[in-house]
Amino acid sequence: MNKVVKDAAEAIAKAGIGDGAVIMAGGFGLCGIPEHCIAALRDTGAKDLTIISNNCGVDDFGLGLLLQTRQIRKMISSYVGENAEFERQFLAGELEVDLVPQGTLAERIRAAGAGIPAFYTPTAVGTKMGEDKETRDFNGRTYLMEHALHAEFAIVKAHIGDESGNLVYRKTARNFNPMMAQAGKITIAEVEELVPAGKIDPDHVHTVGVYVDYIFEGKNYEKRIEQRTTQPRP
Amino acid sequence: MPELSARDRIVLRAARELRDGMYVNLGIGMPTLVANHLPPGVNIVLESENGLLGIGPFPYEGDEDADLINAGKQTITELPGSAYFSSSESFEMIRGGHIDLTIMGGMEVSERGDLANWMIPGKMVKGPGGGMDLVASAKRVVIIMSHCNKHGEPKILKDCALPLTGVQCVSRLITEHAVFDFENGKMILREIAEGTTVDQLRKMTGGEFQTTGEVAKMQS
Repeated sequence: MNKVVKDAAEAIAKAGIGDGAVIMAGGFGLCGIPEHCIAALRDTGAKDLTIISNNCGVDDFGLGLLLQTRQIRKMISSYVGENAEFERQFLAGELEVDLVPQGTLAERIRAAGAGIPAFYTPTAVGTKMGEDKETRDFNGRTYLMEHALHAEFAIVKAHIGDESGNLVYRKTARNFNPMMAQAGKITIAEVEELVPAGKIDPDHVHTVGVYVDYIFEGKNYEKRIEQRTTQPRP
Repeated sequence: MPELSARDRIVLRAARELRDGMYVNLGIGMPTLVANHLPPGVNIVLESENGLLGIGPFPYEGDEDADLINAGKQTITELPGSAYFSSSESFEMIRGGHIDLTIMGGMEVSERGDLANWMIPGKMVKGPGGGMDLVASAKRVVIIMSHCNKHGEPKILKDCALPLTGVQCVSRLITEHAVFDFENGKMILREIAEGTTVDQLRKMTGGEFQTTGEVAKMQS
Protein backbone atom coordinates (compact mmCIF):
# COMPACT_ATOMS: atom_id res chain seq x y z
CA MET A 1 0.00 0.00 0.00
CA ASN A 2 1.77 3.10 -1.24
CA LYS A 3 -0.14 6.33 -0.76
CA VAL A 4 2.71 8.63 -1.69
CA VAL A 5 2.56 10.24 -5.12
CA LYS A 6 4.91 12.76 -6.65
CA ASP A 7 2.54 15.66 -7.19
CA ALA A 8 -1.03 16.87 -7.53
CA ALA A 9 -1.31 15.90 -11.20
CA GLU A 10 -0.42 12.28 -10.42
CA ALA A 11 -2.82 12.19 -7.46
CA ILE A 12 -5.72 13.53 -9.53
CA ALA A 13 -4.99 11.13 -12.38
CA LYS A 14 -4.77 8.12 -10.03
CA ALA A 15 -7.92 9.18 -8.16
CA GLY A 16 -9.69 9.44 -11.52
CA ILE A 17 -11.21 12.91 -11.13
CA GLY A 18 -12.95 13.87 -14.36
CA ASP A 19 -15.95 15.70 -15.82
CA GLY A 20 -18.95 15.98 -13.52
CA ALA A 21 -17.04 15.01 -10.37
CA VAL A 22 -18.29 16.03 -6.91
CA ILE A 23 -15.30 17.32 -4.95
CA MET A 24 -14.90 18.59 -1.40
CA ALA A 25 -12.15 21.19 -1.05
CA GLY A 26 -10.81 22.12 2.40
CA GLY A 27 -10.05 25.64 3.59
CA PHE A 28 -11.67 28.72 5.06
CA GLY A 29 -11.21 31.75 2.83
CA LEU A 30 -7.72 31.19 1.45
CA CYS A 31 -6.50 29.63 4.71
CA GLY A 32 -5.69 25.93 4.52
CA ILE A 33 -6.76 25.46 0.90
CA PRO A 34 -5.27 22.62 -1.19
CA GLU A 35 -3.68 25.07 -3.61
CA HIS A 36 -1.68 22.52 -5.59
CA CYS A 37 -4.67 20.22 -6.13
CA ILE A 38 -6.79 23.18 -7.28
CA ALA A 39 -4.13 24.26 -9.79
CA ALA A 40 -3.79 20.68 -11.04
CA LEU A 41 -7.57 20.34 -11.40
CA ARG A 42 -7.54 23.46 -13.55
CA ASP A 43 -4.84 21.91 -15.71
CA THR A 44 -6.88 18.74 -16.29
CA GLY A 45 -9.70 20.83 -17.76
CA ALA A 46 -12.29 18.61 -16.01
CA LYS A 47 -15.63 20.39 -16.31
CA ASP A 48 -19.14 20.44 -14.81
CA LEU A 49 -17.64 20.06 -11.36
CA THR A 50 -19.66 20.29 -8.16
CA ILE A 51 -17.46 21.81 -5.48
CA ILE A 52 -18.27 21.60 -1.79
CA SER A 53 -16.21 24.22 0.04
CA ASN A 54 -16.94 26.85 2.68
CA ASN A 55 -15.94 29.65 0.27
CA CYS A 56 -14.94 29.99 -3.36
CA GLY A 57 -11.55 31.69 -3.30
CA VAL A 58 -10.75 35.05 -4.85
CA ASP A 59 -10.61 36.00 -8.53
CA ASP A 60 -7.06 34.84 -9.21
CA PHE A 61 -6.35 32.34 -6.44
CA GLY A 62 -7.85 29.26 -4.84
CA LEU A 63 -11.15 27.98 -6.26
CA GLY A 64 -11.48 31.27 -8.17
CA LEU A 65 -9.06 29.70 -10.67
CA LEU A 66 -11.68 27.07 -11.56
CA LEU A 67 -14.31 29.78 -11.99
CA GLN A 68 -12.11 31.61 -14.48
CA THR A 69 -11.94 28.48 -16.60
CA ARG A 70 -15.71 27.78 -16.16
CA GLN A 71 -15.01 24.33 -14.75
CA ILE A 72 -17.48 24.66 -11.85
CA ARG A 73 -21.16 23.98 -12.47
CA LYS A 74 -22.31 24.05 -8.86
CA MET A 75 -20.97 25.37 -5.54
CA ILE A 76 -22.16 24.18 -2.13
CA SER A 77 -20.88 26.75 0.38
CA SER A 78 -21.75 28.86 3.41
CA TYR A 79 -20.37 32.18 2.21
CA VAL A 80 -19.36 33.18 -1.29
CA GLY A 81 -18.94 36.18 -3.51
CA GLU A 82 -15.52 37.48 -2.47
CA ASN A 83 -14.77 37.54 -6.20
CA ALA A 84 -16.26 39.42 -9.12
CA GLU A 85 -16.28 36.44 -11.50
CA PHE A 86 -18.37 34.41 -9.06
CA GLU A 87 -20.99 37.16 -8.93
CA ARG A 88 -21.00 37.54 -12.70
CA GLN A 89 -21.49 33.81 -13.36
CA PHE A 90 -24.10 33.50 -10.62
CA LEU A 91 -26.16 36.47 -11.83
CA ALA A 92 -25.90 35.23 -15.42
CA GLY A 93 -27.32 31.86 -14.33
CA GLU A 94 -24.16 30.02 -15.37
CA LEU A 95 -23.33 28.84 -11.88
CA GLU A 96 -25.63 26.97 -9.52
CA VAL A 97 -25.17 27.86 -5.85
CA ASP A 98 -26.45 25.98 -2.83
CA LEU A 99 -25.92 28.03 0.35
CA VAL A 100 -25.83 26.16 3.64
CA PRO A 101 -25.32 27.58 7.16
CA GLN A 102 -21.69 27.03 8.10
CA GLY A 103 -22.30 24.79 11.11
CA THR A 104 -24.81 22.72 9.17
CA LEU A 105 -22.34 22.40 6.29
CA ALA A 106 -19.58 21.24 8.64
CA GLU A 107 -21.85 18.73 10.37
CA ARG A 108 -23.32 17.39 7.11
CA ILE A 109 -19.79 16.67 5.94
CA ARG A 110 -18.82 15.18 9.31
CA ALA A 111 -21.95 12.99 9.23
CA ALA A 112 -21.03 11.65 5.79
CA GLY A 113 -17.60 10.58 7.00
CA ALA A 114 -19.03 9.16 10.21
CA GLY A 115 -21.75 7.02 8.61
CA ILE A 116 -24.64 9.10 9.96
CA PRO A 117 -27.30 9.52 7.23
CA ALA A 118 -29.02 12.55 8.80
CA PHE A 119 -29.24 14.57 12.01
CA TYR A 120 -31.37 17.25 13.66
CA THR A 121 -30.25 20.84 14.21
CA PRO A 122 -31.96 23.99 15.50
CA THR A 123 -30.13 26.11 12.90
CA ALA A 124 -32.38 27.79 10.30
CA VAL A 125 -35.68 26.63 11.81
CA GLY A 126 -38.42 29.03 10.64
CA THR A 127 -36.26 30.60 7.92
CA LYS A 128 -36.41 30.27 4.13
CA MET A 129 -33.49 27.85 4.33
CA GLY A 130 -35.51 25.57 6.54
CA GLU A 131 -38.54 25.49 4.23
CA ASP A 132 -39.49 22.07 2.90
CA LYS A 133 -37.28 20.31 5.41
CA GLU A 134 -38.58 17.68 7.76
CA THR A 135 -38.86 18.92 11.35
CA ARG A 136 -39.21 17.19 14.65
CA ASP A 137 -39.65 18.45 18.20
CA PHE A 138 -37.36 17.32 20.99
CA ASN A 139 -37.86 18.58 24.56
CA GLY A 140 -40.18 21.34 23.35
CA ARG A 141 -37.89 22.72 20.67
CA THR A 142 -38.20 22.33 16.90
CA TYR A 143 -35.27 20.97 14.90
CA LEU A 144 -34.62 20.50 11.18
CA MET A 145 -33.49 17.24 9.70
CA GLU A 146 -30.35 17.69 7.63
CA HIS A 147 -28.82 14.98 5.47
CA ALA A 148 -25.20 13.90 5.29
CA LEU A 149 -23.31 15.49 2.41
CA HIS A 150 -21.28 12.96 0.43
CA ALA A 151 -18.59 13.41 -2.18
CA GLU A 152 -16.65 11.08 -4.44
CA PHE A 153 -13.47 13.05 -3.86
CA ALA A 154 -11.91 15.25 -1.19
CA ILE A 155 -8.84 17.43 -1.66
CA VAL A 156 -7.37 18.61 1.64
CA LYS A 157 -4.30 20.46 2.86
CA ALA A 158 -2.31 19.72 6.03
CA HIS A 159 0.94 21.03 7.46
CA ILE A 160 2.70 17.71 8.00
CA GLY A 161 1.81 14.28 6.71
CA ASP A 162 3.48 10.89 6.80
CA GLU A 163 3.71 7.95 4.40
CA SER A 164 0.78 6.30 6.19
CA GLY A 165 -1.45 9.27 5.39
CA ASN A 166 -1.58 10.61 8.95
CA LEU A 167 -2.05 14.38 8.97
CA VAL A 168 -1.25 17.24 11.32
CA TYR A 169 -2.75 20.67 10.66
CA ARG A 170 -1.42 24.05 11.72
CA LYS A 171 -3.42 26.75 13.51
CA THR A 172 -6.67 27.85 11.80
CA ALA A 173 -5.64 26.13 8.56
CA ARG A 174 -7.35 23.03 9.99
CA ASN A 175 -10.96 24.27 9.52
CA PHE A 176 -12.93 22.00 7.11
CA ASN A 177 -10.00 19.76 6.17
CA PRO A 178 -10.46 16.97 8.77
CA MET A 179 -14.19 16.37 8.06
CA MET A 180 -13.61 16.44 4.32
CA ALA A 181 -10.70 14.01 4.56
CA GLN A 182 -13.08 11.61 6.33
CA ALA A 183 -16.02 12.20 4.02
CA GLY A 184 -14.36 11.84 0.62
CA LYS A 185 -14.65 8.34 -0.88
CA ILE A 186 -11.21 9.05 -2.33
CA THR A 187 -9.16 11.62 -0.43
CA ILE A 188 -6.04 13.38 -1.65
CA ALA A 189 -3.95 15.16 0.97
CA GLU A 190 -1.29 17.71 0.12
CA VAL A 191 1.18 18.69 2.82
CA GLU A 192 3.94 21.20 3.31
CA GLU A 193 6.19 18.52 4.72
CA LEU A 194 5.99 14.79 4.04
CA VAL A 195 7.82 12.68 6.62
CA PRO A 196 8.52 8.94 6.96
CA ALA A 197 6.12 6.82 9.03
CA GLY A 198 7.06 7.10 12.69
CA LYS A 199 8.08 10.75 12.59
CA ILE A 200 4.70 12.02 13.74
CA ASP A 201 3.93 11.21 17.36
CA PRO A 202 0.84 8.95 17.13
CA ASP A 203 -0.65 11.00 19.98
CA HIS A 204 -0.50 14.14 17.84
CA VAL A 205 -2.25 12.89 14.69
CA HIS A 206 -5.29 15.04 13.76
CA THR A 207 -6.51 13.05 10.73
CA VAL A 208 -5.84 9.32 10.81
CA GLY A 209 -4.27 7.82 7.71
CA VAL A 210 -7.16 5.43 7.09
CA TYR A 211 -9.07 8.31 5.48
CA VAL A 212 -6.28 9.34 3.11
CA ASP A 213 -5.73 7.57 -0.23
CA TYR A 214 -3.03 9.71 -1.85
CA ILE A 215 -0.54 12.08 -0.29
CA PHE A 216 2.16 14.34 -1.69
CA GLU A 217 4.42 17.16 -0.60
CA GLY A 218 3.55 20.43 -2.32
CA LYS A 219 6.40 22.74 -3.32
CA ASN A 220 6.53 26.52 -3.02
CA TYR A 221 3.25 27.16 -1.26
CA GLU A 222 1.93 30.64 -1.95
CA LYS A 223 -0.42 30.70 1.09
CA ARG A 224 -1.89 34.04 0.13
CA ILE A 225 -3.35 36.28 2.86
CA GLU A 226 -6.82 37.68 2.14
CA GLN A 227 -6.95 40.50 4.74
CA ARG A 228 -3.56 41.55 6.03
CA THR A 229 -4.29 43.27 9.36
CA THR A 230 -1.44 44.32 11.62
CA GLN A 231 -0.53 46.68 14.43
CA PRO A 232 2.62 48.80 14.55
CA ARG A 233 5.51 47.39 16.53
CA PRO A 234 5.88 49.28 19.82
CA MET B 1 -15.33 65.65 25.82
CA PRO B 2 -16.55 65.52 22.20
CA GLU B 3 -19.97 63.97 21.69
CA LEU B 4 -19.83 60.27 20.85
CA SER B 5 -21.10 59.08 17.47
CA ALA B 6 -24.12 56.76 17.38
CA ARG B 7 -21.78 53.92 16.48
CA ASP B 8 -19.49 54.64 19.45
CA ARG B 9 -22.46 54.77 21.83
CA ILE B 10 -23.70 51.39 20.59
CA VAL B 11 -20.26 49.78 20.84
CA LEU B 12 -19.57 51.16 24.33
CA ARG B 13 -22.98 50.04 25.60
CA ALA B 14 -22.49 46.60 24.07
CA ALA B 15 -19.15 46.24 25.90
CA ARG B 16 -21.12 46.43 29.17
CA GLU B 17 -22.72 43.09 28.22
CA LEU B 18 -19.38 41.36 28.72
CA ARG B 19 -18.89 39.54 32.03
CA ASP B 20 -15.70 38.12 33.42
CA GLY B 21 -15.02 34.58 32.23
CA MET B 22 -17.44 34.61 29.29
CA TYR B 23 -16.76 32.73 26.06
CA VAL B 24 -17.87 35.14 23.35
CA ASN B 25 -18.26 35.13 19.56
CA LEU B 26 -18.28 38.58 17.96
CA GLY B 27 -19.67 39.14 14.47
CA ILE B 28 -17.72 40.82 11.68
CA GLY B 29 -17.69 44.64 11.57
CA MET B 30 -19.07 46.78 14.41
CA PRO B 31 -19.34 43.84 16.88
CA THR B 32 -15.59 43.19 16.58
CA LEU B 33 -14.95 46.68 18.00
CA VAL B 34 -16.72 45.76 21.24
CA ALA B 35 -13.65 43.79 22.36
CA ASN B 36 -11.64 47.03 22.43
CA HIS B 37 -13.74 48.35 25.32
CA LEU B 38 -13.62 45.60 27.94
CA PRO B 39 -14.73 46.93 31.34
CA PRO B 40 -11.93 46.94 33.95
CA GLY B 41 -11.38 43.56 35.59
CA VAL B 42 -13.32 41.70 32.89
CA ASN B 43 -11.48 39.01 30.98
CA ILE B 44 -13.24 37.11 28.22
CA VAL B 45 -12.26 34.44 25.71
CA LEU B 46 -13.13 35.17 22.09
CA GLU B 47 -14.09 32.38 19.74
CA SER B 48 -13.53 32.49 16.01
CA GLU B 49 -15.81 30.02 14.25
CA ASN B 50 -13.11 29.02 11.77
CA GLY B 51 -11.48 27.11 14.62
CA LEU B 52 -9.83 29.14 17.39
CA LEU B 53 -10.71 29.79 20.99
CA GLY B 54 -8.64 32.66 22.40
CA ILE B 55 -8.26 35.31 19.68
CA GLY B 56 -5.28 37.59 20.21
CA PRO B 57 -4.64 41.08 18.77
CA PHE B 58 -3.53 41.78 15.20
CA PRO B 59 0.09 40.70 14.65
CA TYR B 60 2.96 43.16 14.41
CA GLU B 61 3.87 44.10 10.86
CA GLY B 62 5.98 41.30 9.42
CA ASP B 63 4.58 38.68 11.82
CA GLU B 64 1.43 37.90 9.79
CA ASP B 65 0.77 34.17 9.46
CA ALA B 66 -1.37 32.91 6.57
CA ASP B 67 -2.41 29.95 8.76
CA LEU B 68 -3.84 32.19 11.47
CA ILE B 69 -6.93 34.21 10.58
CA ASN B 70 -10.29 35.09 12.11
CA ALA B 71 -13.73 34.51 10.59
CA GLY B 72 -13.40 37.83 8.76
CA LYS B 73 -10.25 36.41 7.12
CA GLN B 74 -8.04 38.98 8.91
CA THR B 75 -4.63 37.99 10.23
CA ILE B 76 -4.67 37.64 14.03
CA THR B 77 -2.56 36.07 16.80
CA GLU B 78 -3.04 33.41 19.45
CA LEU B 79 -2.83 33.90 23.22
CA PRO B 80 -1.52 31.76 26.07
CA GLY B 81 -4.29 29.21 26.60
CA SER B 82 -5.61 29.39 23.03
CA ALA B 83 -6.74 26.22 21.27
CA TYR B 84 -7.37 25.28 17.63
CA PHE B 85 -10.03 22.90 16.38
CA SER B 86 -11.92 21.92 13.24
CA SER B 87 -14.99 23.66 11.82
CA SER B 88 -17.24 20.79 12.93
CA GLU B 89 -15.95 21.02 16.51
CA SER B 90 -16.33 24.79 16.36
CA PHE B 91 -20.01 24.43 15.64
CA GLU B 92 -20.38 21.61 18.16
CA MET B 93 -19.13 24.18 20.65
CA ILE B 94 -21.68 26.70 19.40
CA ARG B 95 -24.63 24.32 18.88
CA GLY B 96 -23.89 22.56 22.13
CA GLY B 97 -24.48 25.76 24.07
CA HIS B 98 -20.88 26.28 25.22
CA ILE B 99 -20.65 29.84 23.90
CA ASP B 100 -22.09 32.26 26.45
CA LEU B 101 -22.71 35.23 24.23
CA THR B 102 -22.72 36.30 20.61
CA ILE B 103 -22.88 39.94 19.58
CA MET B 104 -23.93 40.52 15.98
CA GLY B 105 -25.10 43.30 13.71
CA GLY B 106 -28.68 43.41 12.44
CA MET B 107 -30.61 44.67 9.42
CA GLU B 108 -34.07 44.22 10.98
CA VAL B 109 -35.43 42.93 14.28
CA SER B 110 -39.12 42.16 14.86
CA GLU B 111 -41.05 42.94 18.02
CA ARG B 112 -40.94 39.22 18.86
CA GLY B 113 -37.17 39.06 18.59
CA ASP B 114 -36.87 37.62 15.08
CA LEU B 115 -33.65 38.65 13.34
CA ALA B 116 -32.85 39.39 9.70
CA ASN B 117 -29.22 40.11 8.92
CA TRP B 118 -28.01 37.90 6.09
CA MET B 119 -29.62 38.77 2.78
CA ILE B 120 -31.40 41.48 0.82
CA PRO B 121 -33.51 40.03 -2.02
CA GLY B 122 -32.42 41.36 -5.39
CA LYS B 123 -28.88 41.95 -4.22
CA MET B 124 -26.01 39.49 -4.49
CA VAL B 125 -26.57 36.85 -1.82
CA LYS B 126 -23.31 35.89 -0.19
CA GLY B 127 -24.63 33.36 2.29
CA PRO B 128 -25.27 33.12 6.00
CA GLY B 129 -21.78 32.00 7.04
CA GLY B 130 -22.04 30.90 10.68
CA GLY B 131 -24.65 33.50 11.66
CA MET B 132 -27.69 31.21 11.58
CA ASP B 133 -25.93 28.63 13.74
CA LEU B 134 -24.82 31.24 16.26
CA VAL B 135 -28.23 32.87 16.74
CA ALA B 136 -29.88 29.46 17.05
CA SER B 137 -27.57 28.16 19.75
CA ALA B 138 -25.49 30.75 21.62
CA LYS B 139 -26.75 31.05 25.19
CA ARG B 140 -27.35 34.76 24.71
CA VAL B 141 -27.77 36.71 21.44
CA VAL B 142 -27.19 40.47 21.57
CA ILE B 143 -27.90 42.43 18.40
CA ILE B 144 -26.38 45.87 17.86
CA MET B 145 -27.61 48.16 15.09
CA SER B 146 -28.60 51.74 14.33
CA HIS B 147 -32.20 52.40 15.36
CA CYS B 148 -33.26 53.47 11.86
CA ASN B 149 -31.86 52.95 8.37
CA LYS B 150 -30.12 55.67 6.39
CA HIS B 151 -33.49 56.91 5.10
CA GLY B 152 -34.70 57.36 8.69
CA GLU B 153 -37.07 54.38 8.48
CA PRO B 154 -37.47 51.95 11.41
CA LYS B 155 -35.40 48.77 11.45
CA ILE B 156 -37.37 47.47 14.43
CA LEU B 157 -40.60 46.21 12.91
CA LYS B 158 -43.77 44.31 13.69
CA ASP B 159 -42.55 41.63 11.27
CA CYS B 160 -39.21 41.54 9.49
CA ALA B 161 -39.58 42.23 5.76
CA LEU B 162 -36.22 40.65 4.94
CA PRO B 163 -35.61 36.88 5.02
CA LEU B 164 -34.97 35.73 8.59
CA THR B 165 -31.72 34.57 10.10
CA GLY B 166 -33.52 33.22 13.16
CA VAL B 167 -36.96 33.15 14.77
CA GLN B 168 -37.36 34.68 18.25
CA CYS B 169 -33.63 34.35 18.74
CA VAL B 170 -32.68 37.84 20.00
CA SER B 171 -32.10 38.16 23.76
CA ARG B 172 -31.24 41.86 23.76
CA LEU B 173 -31.17 44.66 21.18
CA ILE B 174 -28.93 47.71 21.59
CA THR B 175 -29.32 50.82 19.41
CA GLU B 176 -27.99 54.34 19.88
CA HIS B 177 -31.35 55.27 21.46
CA ALA B 178 -32.35 52.32 23.62
CA VAL B 179 -31.83 48.84 25.00
CA PHE B 180 -34.64 46.29 24.62
CA ASP B 181 -35.02 42.76 25.94
CA PHE B 182 -37.16 40.05 24.35
CA GLU B 183 -39.06 37.81 26.71
CA ASN B 184 -41.76 35.32 25.69
CA GLY B 185 -42.23 36.99 22.34
CA LYS B 186 -42.55 40.49 23.84
CA MET B 187 -40.23 43.46 23.45
CA ILE B 188 -39.48 45.31 26.65
CA LEU B 189 -37.76 48.70 26.90
CA ARG B 190 -34.99 48.49 29.51
CA GLU B 191 -32.88 51.60 28.93
CA ILE B 192 -33.30 54.84 27.03
CA ALA B 193 -30.59 57.26 25.90
CA GLU B 194 -30.13 60.70 27.44
CA GLY B 195 -32.13 63.17 25.35
CA THR B 196 -34.52 60.56 23.85
CA THR B 197 -38.12 60.34 25.10
CA VAL B 198 -40.34 57.26 25.09
CA ASP B 199 -42.71 59.07 22.67
CA GLN B 200 -39.86 59.75 20.26
CA LEU B 201 -38.80 56.15 20.58
CA ARG B 202 -42.29 54.90 19.69
CA LYS B 203 -42.27 57.08 16.56
CA MET B 204 -39.01 55.63 15.30
CA THR B 205 -39.87 52.03 16.23
CA GLY B 206 -42.07 50.01 13.87
CA GLY B 207 -42.93 47.32 16.42
CA GLU B 208 -44.69 47.54 19.76
CA PHE B 209 -42.62 47.61 22.93
CA GLN B 210 -43.64 47.57 26.55
CA THR B 211 -42.26 49.47 29.49
CA THR B 212 -42.26 47.83 32.88
CA GLY B 213 -41.60 50.12 35.81
CA GLU B 214 -38.91 52.73 35.54
CA VAL B 215 -36.77 52.74 32.42
CA ALA B 216 -33.08 53.21 33.21
CA LYS B 217 -30.87 55.76 31.49
CA MET B 218 -28.72 54.08 28.85
CA GLN B 219 -25.07 54.14 29.86
CA SER B 220 -22.08 53.94 27.64
